[in-house]
Amino acid sequence: MTTFFNTILVGISSGSIYALMSLSLVLVWRSTRVVNFAAAGQAVLSTYLGYEAMSRLHNYWLSLPIAVIAGALISAIVESFVMRPLAKRSKGSPVESIAPVIATLGILGLIRGIAGLVWGNTFLQYTSPLSSKGFMIGHTTIPFSPLNAAIVIGAAIVLAFFAAIFRFTRLGLALRAASFQPEISRLSGIRVDRIRTIGWAFAGAAGALAGALVTPTTYLSPNSLDLLLVSGFVAAVIGGLESLIGAVVGGLVLGVGFAFILQYIGSEVTFSAAFIILIIVLFIRPQGIFGRGGSREA
Amino acid sequence: MKRKSPATRFLISLGVGAFLLIASGHVDELRAYQGAQVAIYAIAIASIVLLTGYSGQISLGHGALMAVGGYAAVIAQIHWHLPYPLTFLIGGIAGALAGYVLGIAAARLRGPYLAGTTLALAVGLPSLANQFHILGGEQGLQFDVGTAPTWVGKDFTQYRWFFWVAVVMALAIFWLLRNLLSTRYGRRWRAVRANPTAAALTGIDIAKAKVLAFTLSSAVAGLSGALFAMLLGLVAPLAFTLTLSFTLVTGAVLAGVSNLGGSIIGAIVLVAIPELSNAVATHLGGSDRVTANLPGVVTSVLLIVTVLLAPNGPKIPRRHK
Amino acid sequence: MTLIVDHLRIQHGTITAIDDLSFAIEPGELVTIIGSNGAGKTTLLRALSGLIPTASGSASWKGQSILGRRAEDLVRSGIVHVSEGKAVIPELTVAENLELGGIWRKDKTDIALATSEVLDLFPRLGERMKQGADTLSGGERQMLAIGRAMIARPDLLLLDEPSLGLAPLVIEQIFSAIDALRQRLGLTVVLVEQNAISALGIADRGIIINLGKFVTSGSSASLMSDPTLRAAYLGF
Ligand SMILES: Nc1ncnc2c1ncn2[C@@H]1O[C@H](COP(=O)(O)OP(=O)(O)O)[C@@H](O)[C@H]1O
Ligand SMILES: [Mg+2]
Repeated sequence: MTTFFNTILVGISSGSIYALMSLSLVLVWRSTRVVNFAAAGQAVLSTYLGYEAMSRLHNYWLSLPIAVIAGALISAIVESFVMRPLAKRSKGSPVESIAPVIATLGILGLIRGIAGLVWGNTFLQYTSPLSSKGFMIGHTTIPFSPLNAAIVIGAAIVLAFFAAIFRFTRLGLALRAASFQPEISRLSGIRVDRIRTIGWAFAGAAGALAGALVTPTTYLSPNSLDLLLVSGFVAAVIGGLESLIGAVVGGLVLGVGFAFILQYIGSEVTFSAAFIILIIVLFIRPQGIFGRGGSREA
Repeated sequence: MKRKSPATRFLISLGVGAFLLIASGHVDELRAYQGAQVAIYAIAIASIVLLTGYSGQISLGHGALMAVGGYAAVIAQIHWHLPYPLTFLIGGIAGALAGYVLGIAAARLRGPYLAGTTLALAVGLPSLANQFHILGGEQGLQFDVGTAPTWVGKDFTQYRWFFWVAVVMALAIFWLLRNLLSTRYGRRWRAVRANPTAAALTGIDIAKAKVLAFTLSSAVAGLSGALFAMLLGLVAPLAFTLTLSFTLVTGAVLAGVSNLGGSIIGAIVLVAIPELSNAVATHLGGSDRVTANLPGVVTSVLLIVTVLLAPNGPKIPRRHK
Repeated sequence: MTLIVDHLRIQHGTITAIDDLSFAIEPGELVTIIGSNGAGKTTLLRALSGLIPTASGSASWKGQSILGRRAEDLVRSGIVHVSEGKAVIPELTVAENLELGGIWRKDKTDIALATSEVLDLFPRLGERMKQGADTLSGGERQMLAIGRAMIARPDLLLLDEPSLGLAPLVIEQIFSAIDALRQRLGLTVVLVEQNAISALGIADRGIIINLGKFVTSGSSASLMSDPTLRAAYLGF
């Protein structure tokens, strides 16, 4: 029974990270109808910047917001300088839906290459001061560690922050309106281009936080977040790709699912499990758990 | 485009082949290796052009399908002791089977889902290969096709021989694909790509056309995977990374995604970039870092610039009568 | 202080949707532009509100050119367009749709005032504030779309076929609301319609266009009493 409970805790911890990456993908999808495969690269770059901040300031907690802000800026730059001009150019052409995907791949490759040039292709350690040794309960150590707790809390704060913005502010209303009906939004005086850039910036921030929280549990290299991208995508599909709440629930479901597979079956099948989950969800409920109806939720 | 008959195309292929093969006698091993690389990439890129340019589907996972072909060929050699030309065929068949399954899924998926799913495949499949003993784990499996047969001449080097094999295969594949695309299948795919609704109204079974395109594309990818394994002398998870999948997409975009012949140009660019950027890197007194990453940067910039300047690819899709 | 459209031409690719069209509208006037399907009415409004570019000619409002400016900026200078087909965002609630109308405005007290005016005019919206806009009937959606526009405090209101697909009784309600609004606020209104009877019933003047070209214009009364026009363009 305790194993069962611990597995859930660990699953929620990794699930929070998937939730953030999934949120990042969903925010971009909603604002510009693009699956942003560059998200992995953007998050890696912001994490490298967090790593730099950390090596100067010697403080993980200060480096965290720096990474997040960097992530937002990187994402806004990508949107304004590549994605927006591309959308205008490819509008109405037969490659309208394919060209942006290819552009995000190009950006992913470019960022990886730049990261490799600047920081090398070796594994760097971006460490948090928190212990990754599990909490003691009585005399037994459980797998859930202070680092896991920080991940869950950090993710929860950011998710709550996003939820509040989307639900209670004008900016949130503009973001939602622009993603559903860009033309009506423009006719209501919303500067849709700018709102899209802000949507990308939020997405970049979420992805950056995912990168900066997960990296202390592993290592940092130009492609160390590729798997996170895939998990985030699967989580987003589980949640229906349109729904922010769905993105979060999808992340947690996937995290807990992985934790159980890891615990009761073994690590070798986790990845194929993700692929199989993806295929099953796409076949049974292509609109995801939260697809349709749920889209009004912030 | 002027229509050429299959026979004319065959003669052209023969001529090109003869020229290349004679030329291969006058270059060093590195160039022969690169020539083989170009031929193999050209086949792999053609598989993407077939899929994206002619049937409007996208795949970020063709590197994984190459892996399927490569592993299948090697296993066929190790366990069934097949002669290697047949193992290439096995590679193609294995690719087709995997592609058929994937294609059934793909035909139901809209753009973003298909891209994401094939991406998951590209990341997942090689790491899966790590887990199975029969696939040789991280080290992979050796693939030894042996040296050149004596009838081609005594001083025939290893890479020159690989170059021959790759070029002959490439010419055969291009000849087949060209002819195939001028049959009704090719016309159907283009119709589906240009306007799915209109295509459906004229009685084309869209799902079937898409699955067929995916299967065929995967067969070609599988075959190129087997050739790739021959050139490397092994199959291993690290040979078929996500980067390989992305490289193929890049090549297809540079080739002009609806232009089969462009695959060759795409392949030449892909092989030339590391070579050129290496030269630049050494010139800059380059460190390992520069050598390792400059090609990626250059390719990516080229990719971004290409989609920005010519989202339709460098060439306007041809209108076939 | 007028809307002046001068030799305007608008293309959709090779199709000329508006061809050498000229007219002027005085402040406070309600003018209806009547034409059958495909006459170019929607195209004209979309160009006037900055959604699509024009090929040649000019258009100005209060002495300033409005061509080449972006839709989101024209809203700020008082030109508000209620686009064709019940322009609401179904994924948002009624309250959120209304809020959208004033989303760019600073004056929160006036937004509140404008909102309460809209709810006085369309009490049915007030009862449904928390509902999703997708749960509204066609008539209620049209009310919501007009209500949203009013919260932007327009000087020039562009309405694209508000009667489209609605029952006669509902059309009557909506048109009398439009009439009440312009009487009370002194709005200038361009009302694009196929439903000539209802539109001329509240309009000061009508302009008839066909296949993108000007046909004739005149006071509502004179247009309605011309039997040839009635047979050819007005459909009654
Ligand atoms: N986006 C478009 N692309 C091409 N042609 C269009 C487009 N929109 C409208 N048209 C054409 O322009 C003409 C005018 O259309 P529209 O302005 O919608 O007419 P109305 O609103 O009076 O029914 C029609 O012939 C229509 O087919
Ligand atoms: Mg219209």
